[in-house]
Amino acid sequence: MLAYGLGGSSTAWTEMDERIVTLVRGPRVLLAALCGAGLAVAGAALQGIFRNPLAAPEMLGVSAGAAFGGAIAILLSLPGLLMIGGAFTSGMIALLIVGAIARVEGGSAPTSVLLAGVIVGAFFMALVSVTQLFADPHNSLPAITFWLMGSFASASWDQVGIASPAVFLGCVVLWLMRFRINALCLGEEEARTLGIPVEGDRWLVLISVALIAAATVSVAGIVGWVGIVIPHAARFLVGHDHRILLPASCLLGASYLCAVDTVARSATPGEIPVGVLTALIGAPFIAWMLRKALMGRGIG
Amino acid sequence: MLQLSDAGVRFGQRWIFRNLTLKIDDLTCIALLGPNGRGKTTLLRAIAGLQTLFEGKRSGPSKIGYVPQLTGTPLPFSAIEMVVMGRSRALGVFGSPRKQDYQIAYEALAEVGLSGLANHAFDRLSGGERQLVLVARALASEATTIILDEPASALDLANQSRLLGIIRDLKERSRFTLIFSTHLPQHALQVADETVLMLPHGQTAQGSSAAILTETNMTELYGIPVRRVPMPGQVDAVVPIFR
Repeated sequence: MLAYGLGGSSTAWTEMDERIVTLVRGPRVLLAALCGAGLAVAGAALQGIFRNPLAAPEMLGVSAGAAFGGAIAILLSLPGLLMIGGAFTSGMIALLIVGAIARVEGGSAPTSVLLAGVIVGAFFMALVSVTQLFADPHNSLPAITFWLMGSFASASWDQVGIASPAVFLGCVVLWLMRFRINALCLGEEEARTLGIPVEGDRWLVLISVALIAAATVSVAGIVGWVGIVIPHAARFLVGHDHRILLPASCLLGASYLCAVDTVARSATPGEIPVGVLTALIGAPFIAWMLRKALMGRGIG
Repeated sequence: MLQLSDAGVRFGQRWIFRNLTLKIDDLTCIALLGPNGRGKTTLLRAIAGLQTLFEGKRSGPSKIGYVPQLTGTPLPFSAIEMVVMGRSRALGVFGSPRKQDYQIAYEALAEVGLSGLANHAFDRLSGGERQLVLVARALASEATTIILDEPASALDLANQSRLLGIIRDLKERSRFTLIFSTHLPQHALQVADETVLMLPHGQTAQGSSAAILTETNMTELYGIPVRRVPMPGQVDAVVPIFR
């Protein structure tokens, strides 16, 4: 398809083919790559700062929070930019609640942050269900439902234009913090002895992650498991140093989600939501990693 | 000079110490002695400025090289990568180490005699080597006050000797203020100019090591008889009398 797009093939192609590539497939591939890259980088950074192999955007309540904002935006038929703004705002609110719950005496333990994330995530998913109750069953309800399952089927250049600055900004901040994230892997106590303001730095990572999560959720719904699976695969390939791990996760995440979306699009005559596929692949993969870790070989 | 005045720290209802006043002159080497649970680590962290004081004040440099106790699962980074993390403070939140930072890290590793292990994985090193890597990391921060929390507690006799040698070398460089905690009064007698005793009931005593480490004081400190035996041509030997 790309060969067609670059005009490198001699095969005759109609104007219709060209329109499909430029208007439908092009943005779809780019959007899938963008979301895959963003989610994988976000997951790698989170797993580092929380020293927890299961940390991922959807584990912090951010994705659920963003989903609530996005669902409201669909309900009110708001345009794309407002949708991403709404998703980011409610994602950040979810994150702030997580922080408020987990915060004790000026610090927050990684496990309590994850626990609080699960609780807040469940709460926001319930709020999403409430919005679905109010949705028009012929119009916005199917839109919200299909969007929640995670899909790139409705990808457009507008969505690429809206999501890419946010994902890009989040990734750039995390990339700039690559060495700091290494030091944060030492754990709160030890990082503080190096003169690192651990709490503030963690929040900077969290806000960047929220930005990425909100952008991907608002254009593609909840595409789970990418943020957990890809960093593990990347770590297996390049090791634990975030100066290599973050770019590796970025590339691997982008190609992974492109590939999975291609399967989602073409495996059946219909369309499988990509979020369903990533979960079908991701859950067994993590189960296998967990078994391996329990058998005594390092996981994270 | 580093100073705590009327310092107090409590966790919940329990005071770890209170009304504690401590003066540490620049370029001295200080040993901190006290039994388990009397708050040596908390006091060291307070001296380093890492522990918020509930009462009282701390004054002194904010840039401190801190060598924590060996705990937790070591990361699979190489030794040199562990040492270069000592540059974190200087690099700031968005900085990554450059050539000169690695240069400083290699020099620090050389100071503790581990140049040969630079590219070895930290989690594959022995306890003694790991401890020395952490000392190198503190040196790489270019702090002139180095605080070591029980640096010798996990080490065998030869490695204890090696570590004390490194502390003595640093001391003789006349550039560092060194503060370390230990369970062995012998260590204090060997290398420390001054010793701080964390006595029962929140009392502390500070004085030159040779003068303050009397049999009476050490017996009170640990609650078991401790003898100090002269050794011809050597530092006195401290001998606990175990039941």
